[in-house]
Amino acid sequence: MNYADLFRATLPETALEIAALLVVIVDLGLLRKAALKTRVAIAALLGVAGCAAAFWAVYVAGSAGLSAGDDLLLSAGGFTSVAQAGILVLTALTLLLLIGSVFTRHAGEYVAVVLMAAAGGLVVASAQDLLVIFVGLELLSLGLYILTAFAKSSGKSAEAAMKYYLFGGMSAAFLLFGFSYLYGISGSTNLHKILLASFYSSASGGAPLLYVALVMIAAGLGFKVAAVPFHLWAPDTYEGAPAPAAAFIASVSKVASFALLISIGTASVHLLDGVHELRLVAIGPLPKYLGVWIPWSLILTLLAAASMVLGNLAALAQISVRRLLAYSAIAHAGYILLGLAFFSHSNASANAILYYVLTYGLTTIGAFGVVSVVERATGSDKLDAFLGLHKRNPLLAAVLLVLFLSLAGIPPLVGFWAKFNLFAAVLGVSAGAVPFGLVALALALSAVSLYYYLQVLKRAYVMQAVDESPIKAHPVTMAVLVAIAAAVVALGCFPALLQGWIASF
Amino acid sequence: MSGFPILTLLTVLPLAGAAIALFSGKHARAVTLITTIASLALALFVWSSLPLDGGMSLVERVAWAPSLGIEYHLGVDGLGALMLVLSAIVTLMSVDAAHRVHHQPNLYFGLVLVLESGLFGSFTALNFFHWFLFWELSLIPAFFLIKLWGGTRRGPAATQFFVYTMAGSVALLLSFLAVFLSTGSMDFGQLTQLASTGALEQMVTAHLGPVTIWLAIGVLAGFAVKVPMIPFHTWLPAAYAEAPSPVTMLLTGAMSKMGVYGLLRIALPLFGHQIAQMRTPLLVLAVATVVMGAWAAAAQKDLKRVFAYSSVNHLGYCLLGIFALAVPASGAAAAASQAAALNGVILQMFNHGITAAALFWFVAMLQERTGGHRGIDEFGGLRKPAPVLAGLMGIVLFSSLGLPGLNGFVGEFLIFRGVFPLAWVAATVSILGLLVTAIVILTVIQKVFNGPVAEHCVGFPDLHHDERLAMAPVIGLMLLIGLVPQLIVDSVNPTVVNLLAHWRF
Amino acid sequence: MLAWTIYLSFAGALVEALLPKGKAGLARWFALAVAVLGLAHAVGGFAAGMGQGRMIIVDVPWVPTMGVHYLLAADGISRVLVLLTGLAAVAGVLFSWNIEYRTNEFFAFYLALIGGVYGVFLSFDLFLLFVFYEIAIVPKYFLIAIWGSTRREYGAMKLALYSFAGSAMVLIGLLAAYTTSGSHSTSLIDLAHAGLPVSFQMWCFPLVFTGFAILAGMWPFHTWAPTGHVAAPTAASMLLAGVVMKLGAYGCLRVGIWLFPHGLDPWGFSLIGIGSWRDVFALLAVIGIVYGALVALAQTDFKFVIGYSSVSHMGFVLLGLMTLNQIGMTGAVMQMFSHGIIAGLLFAIVGRVVYERTHTRQLAELEKMHLGKRLPFAAWAFVIAGMASMGLPGFSGFVAELQVLVGAWIAKPWWTIAAGVGIVIGVAYTWRALQKAFFSDRLPTPEEHPKTGWPDLGAITWPEYTGVALLVGVSLFVGLYPRILLDTIEPAVKALLAGGGQ
Repeated sequence: MNYADLFRATLPETALEIAALLVVIVDLGLLRKAALKTRVAIAALLGVAGCAAAFWAVYVAGSAGLSAGDDLLLSAGGFTSVAQAGILVLTALTLLLLIGSVFTRHAGEYVAVVLMAAAGGLVVASAQDLLVIFVGLELLSLGLYILTAFAKSSGKSAEAAMKYYLFGGMSAAFLLFGFSYLYGISGSTNLHKILLASFYSSASGGAPLLYVALVMIAAGLGFKVAAVPFHLWAPDTYEGAPAPAAAFIASVSKVASFALLISIGTASVHLLDGVHELRLVAIGPLPKYLGVWIPWSLILTLLAAASMVLGNLAALAQISVRRLLAYSAIAHAGYILLGLAFFSHSNASANAILYYVLTYGLTTIGAFGVVSVVERATGSDKLDAFLGLHKRNPLLAAVLLVLFLSLAGIPPLVGFWAKFNLFAAVLGVSAGAVPFGLVALALALSAVSLYYYLQVLKRAYVMQAVDESPIKAHPVTMAVLVAIAAAVVALGCFPALLQGWIASF
Repeated sequence: MSGFPILTLLTVLPLAGAAIALFSGKHARAVTLITTIASLALALFVWSSLPLDGGMSLVERVAWAPSLGIEYHLGVDGLGALMLVLSAIVTLMSVDAAHRVHHQPNLYFGLVLVLESGLFGSFTALNFFHWFLFWELSLIPAFFLIKLWGGTRRGPAATQFFVYTMAGSVALLLSFLAVFLSTGSMDFGQLTQLASTGALEQMVTAHLGPVTIWLAIGVLAGFAVKVPMIPFHTWLPAAYAEAPSPVTMLLTGAMSKMGVYGLLRIALPLFGHQIAQMRTPLLVLAVATVVMGAWAAAAQKDLKRVFAYSSVNHLGYCLLGIFALAVPASGAAAAASQAAALNGVILQMFNHGITAAALFWFVAMLQERTGGHRGIDEFGGLRKPAPVLAGLMGIVLFSSLGLPGLNGFVGEFLIFRGVFPLAWVAATVSILGLLVTAIVILTVIQKVFNGPVAEHCVGFPDLHHDERLAMAPVIGLMLLIGLVPQLIVDSVNPTVVNLLAHWRF
Repeated sequence: MLAWTIYLSFAGALVEALLPKGKAGLARWFALAVAVLGLAHAVGGFAAGMGQGRMIIVDVPWVPTMGVHYLLAADGISRVLVLLTGLAAVAGVLFSWNIEYRTNEFFAFYLALIGGVYGVFLSFDLFLLFVFYEIAIVPKYFLIAIWGSTRREYGAMKLALYSFAGSAMVLIGLLAAYTTSGSHSTSLIDLAHAGLPVSFQMWCFPLVFTGFAILAGMWPFHTWAPTGHVAAPTAASMLLAGVVMKLGAYGCLRVGIWLFPHGLDPWGFSLIGIGSWRDVFALLAVIGIVYGALVALAQTDFKFVIGYSSVSHMGFVLLGLMTLNQIGMTGAVMQMFSHGIIAGLLFAIVGRVVYERTHTRQLAELEKMHLGKRLPFAAWAFVIAGMASMGLPGFSGFVAELQVLVGAWIAKPWWTIAAGVGIVIGVAYTWRALQKAFFSDRLPTPEEHPKTGWPDLGAITWPEYTGVALLVGVSLFVGLYPRILLDTIEPAVKALLAGGGQ
C-alpha cells in the first residue's frame, strides 16, 4: 500500500472532505454579509456538488479496494459501491431539504458536519478492518450527535443530542470491548482473518469468549441501527433533531450501518471460498455457515424479532408523527435484520437488503420533508397538525399518501417490493419453520403498521380540518418531495430498474 | 317446434296485457277484460285442437341450458288444456267481479294478468325448470293482491300464505334436484318413462342411496301445501277470507288446481310406486281433508270462511281419488275404476273451479250490497227482495253440494265410482263429508235466503242487467256440464287412458 | 382488449384527482364515461372470447431476477367476472350521482378501486395478482372513511386491516410456493404445473384459502363485512358486496384450488366427521349460509339485513367451490356474478333510493312511513331485487343456487340440506325486510303522523332509474337465458379441474 493507492481508494471520502472545507470557507468568508436564506442555499448546493463529485469518484474508484499486505482494509465495488452511492444520493437529498429551513444561523458548519458524517458513512460501508470500522463509525456518529444538537434554540434538540451522545458513547465502548476480544481470539484486526480464526476456534470448542464478543458487538451495532433493546435513543432523537438532521440520521446512518452488517455477513458465508487446506478433517462435513455465523445469526434473529414487535406495537400509541416515524424505523430495522440473520451465499440477500435500506432511506427523507413543512406551518408535529392537509396543500398530502403507503408496504409502491424481495431472499435461504414463522410475524406486523400509517393519512384526508389556511412550502422542498414520491411510485412499478442498477456493480 | 307457438303466445299474452294495463290508469279494467277474453278464446282453440289419442299436442321444444337438462318444453294434453280453459274462465270471472277497485286499479289488474300468465305457464310446462319458475312466480302477484287490497288482517294472512307455499316449494326443489342429479334430466316425459320401467328408482338408489321415498315425500309436501291437504291447510282460511273476493275467486278457482295438477303431472308419474307404498297414510289424510273440511265449514260464521273450508273439502275428493288409484295393476275392473277416479278428479278440478269462483262472486255481491257484511247470521230472507240473485246463487250452491244435474255432481260421482272398488273404507268415511257438506249448504240457503228479512237486507237490490248477463254463461255452463258431461269427458278420457298407461304403481 | 379496462380505470382515476374542485358535474360525467368505456371493453372481450379457451393478453417480463412477469390473461371465469365488474362500475357511478362533497376525489378513489379489481381478475401471474389485490385496499378505506355514514372510520379501518391481514396470509403462501416450487417463475400457469409436494400443499392451501376467504366473508372472519357495508356510502357498498367480496372468492379458486389441489385431499384421519380441509371449509361455508341468514332475520337496520345476506350468499359461493365438481363450481362462479348484480341492486335501493330520502335505515321507523305508497319505485324495485335474492326462478340467482345445490348433493348430501335451510331462512328475512320497510300495515300513531300530509320525498332521478333497469335487466336476462354465461364458465371450470391444462 502506498499513498497513491490510499488516495485512489478513498477518493469519494476525500471529495466530501474537500467539499466540507470549501463550504466552511465560502460561508465564513465570502457570504458573511449575505442573508441567511442565501447562505443556507449556497451551502446546501455546494454540499450537493460535493456529493456529486464523490458519486463520480465511486464509479472511478473501481473495485480494487485498499489492502495492507494481504489484509483488506477497505473494500470497493459490489455492494460497497452501491452503499456508498446510495449514501451520497441520500445525503444530497437531505441537503436539498435544508434549503428554506431556519433552525440555525450556522449554515456552513451544518453542511460541513453533514458532509463529514457522510464521509464517515462511506468509510463504514467499505471498512474491512476493526479499527477502520471504528474510526468510520465514530466519524459518522460524532457528526450525528452534533447535527442533532444544531437547533440551538430548541430545548428538545439539546436533550435529544445529549441522550444520543451518551447512549452512543456507551455503545461505542461496548463495541470496542467486543472488538478487543475478537482481536484476542484471532490476533488480527482484519475481518476475514478474525472470522477464519473464530471458525477454527469454535470448531475446536473455544466458543464462550467469542459469544461474549459477539453480544457486545451486537450491542454496539444494534445501537446504530436502532434495534431493540438498543433503541431507546431513537424516539427522542427523531423528535428533537431538526428535520433535515433527523432525515439524515434516519437514512444515511442506517445505510452505512447495514452495509457494515452486510460486510460481516458476506465475509462469513464466503469464508472458506478459496481456502484449500482444511486442518480439521476430523469434524466431518463442513456446515454451510461457519464459525461465528451460528451465534451471530441467532443474535440477529432475536434482535430482529424484538424490533419488529416492539417497533410496530409502540408506534400504535404515538400521537407525535416524528415519534411514530422513529418507532416505525425500529420496526423496519427489524425486518432488515431478519434479512441479515438468514444470509445467502449468492448475492440475493445483499441485494435485497441494500434495495430495502436504500428505498427506505429515500422514503424516510421524504417523510421528514413533509413533517418539516407541516411543522413550520403549524408549529407542531402532532397528528392533529395534519388535519385537513388535502385541502391546505393537496400536493403535499398526495406526497404524504404515497410515502406512507410505501412504508406500509402497499403495492405498487417501492416499499412493497422491497419487503417482498427481502422476505423472498430470507425464504430462499432456508425454508424451515423458523424463517417462515418470522416472515409470517413480519407480515402480520406489517398489517398492524398499516393502522398507524392510516392514522396519519386519515387526519390528512378524512377528518375535518380545524384550520383551513393553505400551507406554503419552499419550492425547492416541494420539488424534492415530489421527485421522491415520483421515484417511489416509479421504482415500485418497475422494480427491475433499481435492482438492475444494484446488480450491475 | 311444430308450427306456430300457440302456447307461448297464450302465456305471453297476459304479460303483454299486464304491461299495457299498468299504464292505462282508469282503463285498466277494460284492457284486462279484453286480454282475458282473448286468452279464453285462445284457450278454447287449444282445447278444440286436442288430438284424439290423448297424447301431447302443440308441443314446443327448444334447448335452453343443455348442461343442466333445462329445455323450453311446452305441450298440452287433455288435462292441461282443460286447466287452461279453467284458468281463463276463472280469471275472466274474477275481472268481471272486480268492478270497484278503490286504489291503484292499474296495479291490481296488472298483477291479476301476471297471475294468469303464471297459471298458463305452469299448466303448459313440461320441463321442471320453467314449470317451477311459473309455480313460484304466481306466488308474487297473489301475495300482493292479498296484501295491498285485502281486509283488516291481510298482512299476516298474506305472509302466512307466502311463507307456507315457499317452504313447500323448497322441499319440492330439493327433491327434484336429487332426481336431476340421478338421472340428468328435468323433462317430465323422460322422467315418467324412467319411472314406469322402474329405472328412476334404480338410478336414484345408485346415486344417492335408498332415498326415493324421501324424495317422494318432499314432492308431496310441496303440493300438499298448495292443494291444500290437512294438516298443511292452515294458511288457507285466513288467506281466502282476507283477500278481496275477486282474488279469492282466483285463489280457489285456479291456483289451488295448480297443486292437484302438480300431483297428476309430477307426483304420480314419477313416484307412483312410492305413493302406492304410502297409500294408507295418504288416504287417511285425504279422508281427513274431506271430513274435517266439511266439519270446519259447518262451524264457521263468516261466509267466506265457510266456503273456504268447503273448498278444502271439495279438493279433498280430488286427493281421495288420486291416492286411491295408486294401486298396482290388477286387472280390467281395477283399471276401469282407476280410469273413473282419474276422470272424476280432473272433472272435479274443473267443476269446483267454476263453482267456487261463482260462489265467491256472489259473496262479493252480498258484501258490496250490504256495506261489507258477510256473516252468515247477518243475512236473512233475501229471497224476497232479490229473487234472481237467490235463485242463481241457489243453483251454484246446489252445484257445490253435488246435486245431480249440475256440474258438481259429475266429478264427485266419478270419483266415488272409482274409489269404492279400490278403497271402500276411505270412500265410506268420505260419505260423511258429503253429508256434512249438504248440511252446510242447506244451512246457508236457509239462513241467507229464507226466513225473516234481516234489517240491512230490506232494500237489497237484485242483480243488475249486466250482472245477469255476466252470470248467465257461467250458470249455463254449470247446467250444461251437469247434463251433458260428455262434452268434457270425451276429450279428457283419452288423456286419462294415456296417462294411466304410463304410470306404474 | 380486456386489459384496457385496467388502464382506462387508473388513467381515469388520475384525471379525476386532477380535476378542478367544485365541478361536480364534470367529475360525474367523466367517471360515467370511463366506467361505460370499461364496460364496453368488458363486453367486447366477453363476446370475443366466446368459445375460446384461455387467451393471453400481455406477457412482459417485469422483474427478471424473480421470474415475475406482467402477465395478463383471461379464461371463461375471468371474462365473466370482468363483465360483472363493468356492470357494477357503471351502476355504482349512476347511484353516486348525487354526491356533492369532494366529488372528484370520490370518483378518483372509485375508479382506482375498479382498476385494481379488473387487474385481479385479469392477472395470471401470482405476484401481479397480489399487487392488484393490495392496490384495491387503500381506495376502499378512503371511500368509506370520507363518504360513509354509520361509524365510518371504524368500519373503514376494520375493513382495511382485515383485508390486509388476509393478504398478508396470502403473501406468505405466495412466498412459500415460490421458493418451494423452484420453478423461478411466479406465473400461475407455471406454478400450477410445478407439482408442489403434497405435504407442502397441505398447509399452504388452508393458509392461502383462508387469506382470500377473509375477503370473501367466510365465517368466522366475516365480521368486517356487515360493519363495512353499513358504514360505506352506497356505491362503495355496492362495490364491496358486489365485486370486492368476489375478489376473495376468485382468489380462493384461482390461487387456492388451482395451485394447491392436493391441499383438499383427505388427511387420512377424521375428527367428528371432518377429514380434510375440504370438509372444514365446506362446514364453514354452510355455517356462514345459515348464520348469515339467521342474523339477517334479527336485524333492525335495513342495511345490516342486506349486509348479512351478503355473508349468507357468499357462503353459497364457497360451498360451491368446495364441491370440487363441475356443476358445483360452475354454480359458484354463476353465484359470484348473480350475487354481484343482486347485492348491488339491493344496496342501491336501500342506500340511495331509501336512505338518502328518509335519512333512516331503522326498520321500525321505516314501518311508519308508508313507503309502499310514497316511493312505489323503491318498493317494487326491492320486490324484484328481493325475489332475485331469494333465488326465485327467472332470475340469475336461481340457476346459480340450483347448480350449487346439485353439486353439493353430489359431494355430501347433508351440505345440501343445510344450504336448503339457508334458502328458506333467506326467504324469511327478505320478506320481513320487505314488509317492514315498504308494505307495513302499521299505522303511524297520531304523534307520528304529520299534520300537513306526508312530506315529499323527492322524485326518482334518471340515474336511479337507469341503474335499477340495468341491474334488473341483467339479472333477468341471465336468469332466463343462463346459457349466455354458462357456455363461457363451464369449459373454464372443466379446464381448471383437469389441472390447468390448456
